[in-house]
Amino acid sequence: MSGSQEINRIWSYLISFILILALWKVLSHLLANPGVPTPERVLIALISDAKLLLFNAIFSLSRVLYSISLAVSLAFPVGILSREKLFDRIVSPFIYLLYPIPHIVLLPVYILLFGIGDLSRIALIATILFFQMVVTIRDATKNISEYYIYSALSLGASKFDIYRYIIIPAILPQVLTALRISIGTAIAVLFFAESFATRNGLGYLIIDAWSRADYEMLYAGIVSMALLGLLLYILLDLIEKKVKKWV
Amino acid sequence: MISVDRVSKVYEDGTVALKDVSFEVEKGESCSIIGPSGCGKSTLLFIISGLLKATSGEVRIEGRKIDCPSKDVSLVLQDYGLFPWMNVYENVAFGLRVRKVKKDDEKVIVNRTLDELGIKNFEKHYPKQLSGGIRQRVAIARALATNPRILLMDEPFSSLDALNREKMQNLLLEIWKKSRITFVLVTHSIEEAVFLSRKIVVLSPRPGTVKKIIENNSAGEEEYRFSDEYFRKCREVRKSIEFGVI
Repeated sequence: MSGSQEINRIWSYLISFILILALWKVLSHLLANPGVPTPERVLIALISDAKLLLFNAIFSLSRVLYSISLAVSLAFPVGILSREKLFDRIVSPFIYLLYPIPHIVLLPVYILLFGIGDLSRIALIATILFFQMVVTIRDATKNISEYYIYSALSLGASKFDIYRYIIIPAILPQVLTALRISIGTAIAVLFFAESFATRNGLGYLIIDAWSRADYEMLYAGIVSMALLGLLLYILLDLIEKKVKKWV
Repeated sequence: MISVDRVSKVYEDGTVALKDVSFEVEKGESCSIIGPSGCGKSTLLFIISGLLKATSGEVRIEGRKIDCPSKDVSLVLQDYGLFPWMNVYENVAFGLRVRKVKKDDEKVIVNRTLDELGIKNFEKHYPKQLSGGIRQRVAIARALATNPRILLMDEPFSSLDALNREKMQNLLLEIWKKSRITFVLVTHSIEEAVFLSRKIVVLSPRPGTVKKIIENNSAGEEEYRFSDEYFRKCREVRKSIEFGVI
């Protein structure tokens, strides 16, 4: 991407950001409802409670990162091994049958199994992400052109080489897409998972502010959660630029 | 020597792709397999390369039965089969890497091969950044880097324009003259078969059977393209193929 294009992109983001703020401001004045505080007041809350927000954001961030790592480390091998006929025959029916369940309803089960600590929360988010990712990775793996495999085999590649040099690099772009989608899901589920039996995390902060009718804090929490998502997106973008040079 | 002995191939869906195909290619010779679309030309090449198993019959290379890809054989696929996630250097180095060739040796071999094919300047490029002609060179470089004794090519120049096509044919001829590698080429171009190979195996429409084997011993020089003998052979091949099916 050339420099001027990059600058144009930054401008368009900036303009969108300002527009959102303006819309928010207009809306808060029109509604004149304490449930929609003006952006300035939220900004003040953000700054004055920065320490508290940051502290809780770190909890939330680590929960999300643990969940994503857990989900990827399970979905990746299961997804790519679906190339192996025997493995696919055994595992596919399970995924097919378990996929349509709204996994969020497993929360009570997880709490019974893993207690009310972070383990349940992470397991819940990871379960939801796992199914999203495994289906994408599996499809991507199955869609790799046989020609690449034939080429590699004819050049003397072993089965291990095929995975290492062909399958994994070929599906990386789709894995990144799956990750991108999963970030949104992860944060949504995180909010749900942090809304009970915990005293930290942005989700807790939001619920707590809500119950205290502290709407500035409520919004500060929402904005922090949005920023958390944005941060993860930007991180992924940077990785993507490195990995997707060839696409 | 490659000997194809009564090879038949029936696919799982019942399609008979090849029936009792037999022919031989001497060491250091050049051979073209020509026939109408869908006659099983590519299938035959895949069987020779060891990627596909024949339903009956066998392929032997230097007397050894082929049932898996051999280290002495390189295959260039129709759409080149270059890996889009590897740059030119990595593509060419691939065969060496999976053979665990030392990095220093790899570098020497890859650079030499890139030089030979005139693509040294493109080593950092990815396949999508290259024209069809250059991609084809990369695919050939990758096949040659492992120093095979046999080079199999599946319609290697079919997606190139006429000019590039002739250029590549000349290049291939040059490589063949220099290295005396045995090559087997699948093509649907009569001119290409006659220009490049000293033996032409004509296959019938599906199921592919050997219709005729034409010796073409004058092939092997660039000037051959302009000789009367060349045109006579082209006519002979054309007549031996059913009209209008190519």
